[in-house]
Amino acid sequence: MTTLAKTKPKLALYWAASCGGCEIAVHDIKEKILDVDAAFEIVFWPVAVDFKVKDVEALEDGEIDLCLFNGAIRNSDNEYMAGLLRRKAKILVAFGSCACDGCIPALSNTTSRAATFDWVYRDSPSTVNPDDVRPQEETEVPVGTLRLPTFWERVCTLGQVVDVDYFVPGCPPQAHQIWAVLEAVIDILEHGKPLPPRGSVLGAGDRTCCDECPRTREEKKISRFVRPHEIIADPTKCLLDQGIVCMGPATRSGCGALCVSVGMPCRGCYGPAPNSKDQGTKMISALASVIDSNDPDEIDRILGGIVDPVGTFYRFSMASATPAGLSRLAGRDREALQERTS
Amino acid sequence: MVTTAEERAPVPTSEGTWQPKIVAFLCNWCSYTGADLAGISRIQWDPSVAIVRVMCSGRMDPTFVVKAFELGADGVIIAGCHPGDCHYQEGNYKALRRVHLLRRLLDGFGIDPKRLRLAWVSASEGDRWAETADEMTRQIRALGPMKVGS
Repeated sequence: MTTLAKTKPKLALYWAASCGGCEIAVHDIKEKILDVDAAFEIVFWPVAVDFKVKDVEALEDGEIDLCLFNGAIRNSDNEYMAGLLRRKAKILVAFGSCACDGCIPALSNTTSRAATFDWVYRDSPSTVNPDDVRPQEETEVPVGTLRLPTFWERVCTLGQVVDVDYFVPGCPPQAHQIWAVLEAVIDILEHGKPLPPRGSVLGAGDRTCCDECPRTREEKKISRFVRPHEIIADPTKCLLDQGIVCMGPATRSGCGALCVSVGMPCRGCYGPAPNSKDQGTKMISALASVIDSNDPDEIDRILGGIVDPVGTFYRFSMASATPAGLSRLAGRDREALQERTS
Repeated sequence: MVTTAEERAPVPTSEGTWQPKIVAFLCNWCSYTGADLAGISRIQWDPSVAIVRVMCSGRMDPTFVVKAFELGADGVIIAGCHPGDCHYQEGNYKALRRVHLLRRLLDGFGIDPKRLRLAWVSASEGDRWAETADEMTRQIRALGPMKVGS
């Protein structure tokens, strides 16, 4: 019989194509981070702890108990790390909006890899690159060959490249929700509580953002859409009632209605509402119903007030959006449209 | 991993034999009855149009439309009662507004908005239904298949 002390469950955190906000959000649990350290043995966390990829590669398959993976899958390195951590981790969690639905990096799915590179390395006003230098996947230098990961044509969610056990949405997930998830995992690992069904969304509500919103809703009749800076909004009334496009009706609850409580409309970071797959089309459904006109021309005039419907309705869910998949199919239409407009 | 509709979508036919696939969502009270009348009256219309009956054009969630496209439709028709005649008072007006906004969204994604058509067809307008179906088929044939290379 072994006399070893009970080993702590192993925890890994990783970031792929992300801004780092999810990592900061983990630190937002403040002194409870010490409880995390007490409960888990951290084996990989590039932002905070100095372990290397080779340390992870050296672990047994399934040796990590919990991996919180944030960031979308944008290039071959992200894909490699996703595959590696999937093999090494018993429970893989898509942590944050990028890993769940693509988030801001996936907004580039409306365009191509070539167009993205042209903008970044040639056309943007802040770029000075007279020799049109572009990143190469392989570069010969005196000391050998330098390699960069392959940049993909489109951004994928974590779930589109590997099997994911649980999803924690949010941009970033809110600290109290992160703690709730970690606490639940500790309970499961230490006290043998049953795991939630695979594929569940954790650390979020099962209603919409509107359900948590403190503002007063009335019968909606919208005759003009405005952007938040164009009016001084009534602090007690529903923002959508006042003509500001608020993603609340199509967004999962769980954040505690943070943005709407301080006068900004919901941007939709907690992803599609429960039982809906596509956030944008649900938003169209909700928004169009409350437009105060039955006249086609007047409807068009009112809808003209919505600047960039694609980016507004799919700001956080472009990688999993159905029309974005269609867009890839409809290359032919796009070419035809360009011909007509040029 | 989740099986996507793309994987389930039927294999496109080879070049030259392409036939458009058009899904038409018809409201129970006017347009479906109108199409039924067209059938009873032996009016011919293009067989590329497949009809799905819904209770009201206002039942048409934009999600259904993008789902139809995802599953391989080249065009979608939504047909309901004439303005003012909706069995549920104002379902067709909701459909009208949704279609206008959805067209903007499709356009933003590089999908030709003409692939989505809204029509008003009453229960007595069998001929109008046949015209709508034929016109849409002509338009989609002109636009070509939705999928690249199919």
